[in-house]
Amino acid sequence: MSNSLYSMLDVHSPANGVQQIQLHRPEALNALTTAMLGELALALDEAEANESVKVVVLTGSARVFAAGADVKEMAERDMVGILKDPRQQSWQSISRFPKPLIAAINGYCLGGGCELAMHADILIAGTDAKFGQPEINLGIMPGAGGTQRLVRAVGKSLAMQMVLTGQPINALQAKEAGLISEITQPELTLTRAMEVASQIAKKSPLALRLAKESILKGMETDLSTGLRFERHAFTVLAGTKDREEGIAAFLEKRPAKFTGQ
Amino acid sequence: MSFQHILYSVDSGVALLSLNRPKSLNSFNEAMHLEVREAFKQIKSDKQVRVLVLTGEGRGFCAGQDLSDRNVDPTADAPDLGISIEKFYNPLIKAIQALPMPVICAVNGVAAGAGANLPLACDLIIAARSAKFIQAFCKIGLIPDSGGTWFLPRLVGMAKAKEMALLGEPVSADAALEMGLVNRVVDDELLRQEALTLAQHLATQPTKGLAYIKRALNQTFDHGLEEQLLLERDLQRLAGQTQDYREGVAAFMAKRTPEFKGE
Repeated sequence: MSNSLYSMLDVHSPANGVQQIQLHRPEALNALTTAMLGELALALDEAEANESVKVVVLTGSARVFAAGADVKEMAERDMVGILKDPRQQSWQSISRFPKPLIAAINGYCLGGGCELAMHADILIAGTDAKFGQPEINLGIMPGAGGTQRLVRAVGKSLAMQMVLTGQPINALQAKEAGLISEITQPELTLTRAMEVASQIAKKSPLALRLAKESILKGMETDLSTGLRFERHAFTVLAGTKDREEGIAAFLEKRPAKFTGQ
Repeated sequence: MSFQHILYSVDSGVALLSLNRPKSLNSFNEAMHLEVREAFKQIKSDKQVRVLVLTGEGRGFCAGQDLSDRNVDPTADAPDLGISIEKFYNPLIKAIQALPMPVICAVNGVAAGAGANLPLACDLIIAARSAKFIQAFCKIGLIPDSGGTWFLPRLVGMAKAKEMALLGEPVSADAALEMGLVNRVVDDELLRQEALTLAQHLATQPTKGLAYIKRALNQTFDHGLEEQLLLERDLQRLAGQTQDYREGVAAFMAKRTPEFKGE
């Protein structure tokens, strides 16, 4: 079922706790306009508030995940315009999304599209996927994490090469470099992402949230701070009903029923 | 777009692409590359097409790169041969392998250089009895391109691959059949018909299923058993979703001939 609140997204009601958000601007290769990013931020805010949503799968079309920002729109902004860029707020909303976010990627995943995909916690891509930051070809550079998240995912040398030449890499290279976790046959990318999402959706939402936060925290801080954060989060979970249930179910050899309490 | 250097037609699900520069033994120049590329675009977008037959006009199949089209002046700066490979030959080899339908190569005569390797990228090769496969690259100081160094050892084993690539001697159609380089050899005058008959049969088969078979086999050399088993699982999943699978099973149960639509 699609939610008609959105004009550039197809948002499907959660099945088994998994909500699917599909970028849908076929006429423009899913180029991320400000309005589209705004819709996405809104959709994620709603998914955050909706307790029946445990996990979100973000996807594009068979040919393209998202081919970048909307260049025409960008051309109209001068320095002051970019300083007041409303996109920034949307990006922050997206990056603050606390539930697991999985990107299912087929075809082109370039520029802002690649940056968006890197906001996901798990990236699963079809054999035909292409990842790149071609901003340099326009005399600009990545502006939504492309120089930061990419280097953390693939290492300095490949990140530099991608950002400085603008040349994309294919799915195999992306897998080898650690940008994505799995390669699938293109027709099965979404199926596989949904499969992983449904596995995750069965876990305790509190544990998922803190585990996600802990991993992300660790990526932006030093090891001892990260370890301290992890220990605090681990301790917090000790106060939840889900932990009792999880451990009891394990000892009784039955599936756990988590309630998010 | 009307073609000058190739012939292209579609009949009953069978696309026939014939290289048509017979005076130059159908060697590739840039214009022919561009036309072949355009034809592939048409094949991919034409839902009617379920098989491709690749062949050549005149007495040769393809003599590879047209050397008169390249900078071969020995006194000039060294040319960068990688450019035309990157731009034309490699994408063509990949396009043949990625085409979601069987590709039959009917080798009607001399196949030399890249022209000897083009058939190897296809799924089935039928050769005219007079056809010859010549890895001519070594005679002019080059290496077998267009996938030659990848396909040859996989098809005929390393010993034969090295012999062909290092000596560049013509291999007859019968010898090619013997060593597993081609699937069938037929008399010259029967070649076109034999290829088309085979193509017409394949055009009635479950095209999607055949495309999945092709995809699985094309990836096998890059995979260990573990990965290949996973790939088989995934492709079987997709094959199970096709209309043709339903039709195949239904026809089997009802003991009638299946009518596959390729979907």
